[in-house]
Amino acid sequence: MHETVEYAAADGFLSTVWLLVAIPLASAAILLLLGKRADKWGHWLGVGSIAVSFVLGLAYFFQLRGLDNKSVELTLFDYIQVGSLHVDFGLLFDPLSAVFVLLITGVGSLIHLYAVGYMDHDPGRRKFFAYFNLFAAAMLLLVLGNNFVMLYFGWEGVGLASYLLIAFWYERPAAATAGKKAFLMNRVGDAGFAIAIFLMFQQLGSVNYADVFNGVGSLSSGVVLVMGLLLLLGATGKSGQFPLQAWLPDAMEGPTPVSALIHAATMVTAGVYLIARSNPIFSANLTLQTVVVSVGALTLLIGAIIGCAKDDIKRVLAWSTVSQIGYMFLGVGLGGGAYALAIIHLLAHGFFKAGLFLGAGSVMHGMNDQTDIRRFGGLWRYMRVTWATFGLAWLAIIGIPPLSGYFTKEPIIAAAFERDGWTAWLFGMAALLGAAITAFYMTRLFVLTFHGPKRWTEDIEHPHESPAIMTAPLVLLAVGSVAAGWLMSTSVVDWLTPVLGDHSGEEAHGVISHGLITALSIVVTVLGAGLGYALYRGGTAMQEQPAGPIVTAARRNLYADAFNEAVFEKPGIFLTRALVFLDNRGIDGLVNGLAAAVGGGSSRLRRLQTGFVRSYAMSMLTGALLVVAAFLALQLGWLA
Amino acid sequence: MNATNPEWYLILAAVLFTIGAVGVLIRRNAIVLFMCIELMLNAANLALVTFSRINGNLDGQIMAFFVMVVAAAEVVVGLAIIMSIFRTRRSASVDEANLLKY
Repeated sequence: MHETVEYAAADGFLSTVWLLVAIPLASAAILLLLGKRADKWGHWLGVGSIAVSFVLGLAYFFQLRGLDNKSVELTLFDYIQVGSLHVDFGLLFDPLSAVFVLLITGVGSLIHLYAVGYMDHDPGRRKFFAYFNLFAAAMLLLVLGNNFVMLYFGWEGVGLASYLLIAFWYERPAAATAGKKAFLMNRVGDAGFAIAIFLMFQQLGSVNYADVFNGVGSLSSGVVLVMGLLLLLGATGKSGQFPLQAWLPDAMEGPTPVSALIHAATMVTAGVYLIARSNPIFSANLTLQTVVVSVGALTLLIGAIIGCAKDDIKRVLAWSTVSQIGYMFLGVGLGGGAYALAIIHLLAHGFFKAGLFLGAGSVMHGMNDQTDIRRFGGLWRYMRVTWATFGLAWLAIIGIPPLSGYFTKEPIIAAAFERDGWTAWLFGMAALLGAAITAFYMTRLFVLTFHGPKRWTEDIEHPHESPAIMTAPLVLLAVGSVAAGWLMSTSVVDWLTPVLGDHSGEEAHGVISHGLITALSIVVTVLGAGLGYALYRGGTAMQEQPAGPIVTAARRNLYADAFNEAVFEKPGIFLTRALVFLDNRGIDGLVNGLAAAVGGGSSRLRRLQTGFVRSYAMSMLTGALLVVAAFLALQLGWLA
Repeated sequence: MNATNPEWYLILAAVLFTIGAVGVLIRRNAIVLFMCIELMLNAANLALVTFSRINGNLDGQIMAFFVMVVAAAEVVVGLAIIMSIFRTRRSASVDEANLLKY
């Protein structure tokens, strides 16, 4: 079992860790409140605030390394105090938070810098940076909270920022719809997450990480299962995993830096963070772990298969993100030592996927915002920096040693083969197959974009390389993609031990030996990439593709959208219409009918007011006679 | 027959009251209506005085005085209203003064 979880109180320099959240938040507030007055310099404030957060994050990180227990807790103020519910506005800075802080602020700074160039011609650039800073603040709060309510606070904050940024070009109907779709699908997951928090409070009387993780052992396995499944629902919503994966590719309607930062490197990995952070809950129930592994394995295949059939450069990358996060879910579901593997894959993915998206943005920048890879080709000659950095990120994601993807993805595949019995084969082969398909579609993307014959539209005469402010982040991210994997696979796993447990001494018992898995994963990767190169180097993509049932299904997102529409949307609309009918005819009918009855009755009763004195006199006389008759009857009856 | 049976007075009062009530119901001239109301009031007075006599106390007579005072006040106000109606409409028919209705 887990040892008791406890965190030391922060003091000294580390008690200012709240600045990490406050600085981007203040910058966002300034940019939004000053309005047009900040148009000239607003983007530099946006970049500066996140860069300052990064420097601070580095300083905190080195401070934390010097501590013995590697975690500090900081309570800023009482946030909620109702009855026995007590929630502090508390922060927790521990190894897991620290790596996320460095990822968010580090990659975030580069993407902010890139966005200065990318959004140069956009009239809404200041607003864009305000939302971007808001996102950074919310994401930092998400990873820095010391209880589930803080996590939820940040969770909703990034959801809001994501919605605002997907629908940033709201005058385009597709972008507005995509924003709404993302927001609504996230609501489904968030509802599950919220109920999980309610359940924690109801069962354990607290929502603090320390109390919940220490109390998990005392809960029945059924409660743990339900709690974990609800948390998983939240995680699948935010991370674009099955069954809530459909929003993420549509989110590519936002500006490319948004896709890179929010929908590739950071926000969509929040689900992985949630599960890794809640590892005492997920490790406590085997069924739960199997469900997480299944979600991961299924999603990584779904993402990879659909990625093969898309022609939009950003959508291919989006489905690739879905697929790679599937690997991370596979990792956190396997539990034990694989938690740390999922986190390092997340970090490596943050680098190379951000690099890929920014590279895609750079290509679009030079090609009049064309996104169809069938309309590219031969670009390597015109965009050398983009080509080189994109190429390195491509080699990293498909897992060619010694780039980062190899060091982070291959151990997850190996870990999948270490499960018990037939599930080892099932999940191991799924992960291996995913790696092969990843290599195929990423190679297709790379070759169609940068090599082969030119298939440009007529309006493009001379594509140009992006300005230095955009290529500099590309180079830095490419360096990260190359170097990070080896660095992280050794040191970060040790660094995360206080949070995710020490598994270094455990003997791995795979159904096939680790060496063979390594060899196999390299072989399938090379095969997939080779197939992709052989098929697409000639630029044959413009010809009519043989669209069999599988290709058609993949182009339609494996009918997930159609399924949602048929099963949820149509009955939902029907239900709404039925309720409107019931409301209009039933409830309004009742109220209106009553009013009409009273109104009609009164207008008939009004006819008694004839205006003739004698009729009034008659009614008075009749009344008087009735009174007299009543008296008489009483009197006589009493006498009798 | 010096000591007349007081019940005869009650019967007379009832007859007078009925004449007044019927008059109010069937006549249209406001002045006649008014006189019929006076007839009813005085029928009531007669009954009150008779009861006073039968019971041997003064309660009924005192009530009769109150009725007379009220009737006098009512005549003053009522005749003034009838006068002003007549001035505007050149008619004292109560059926023509029928604007206050549904």
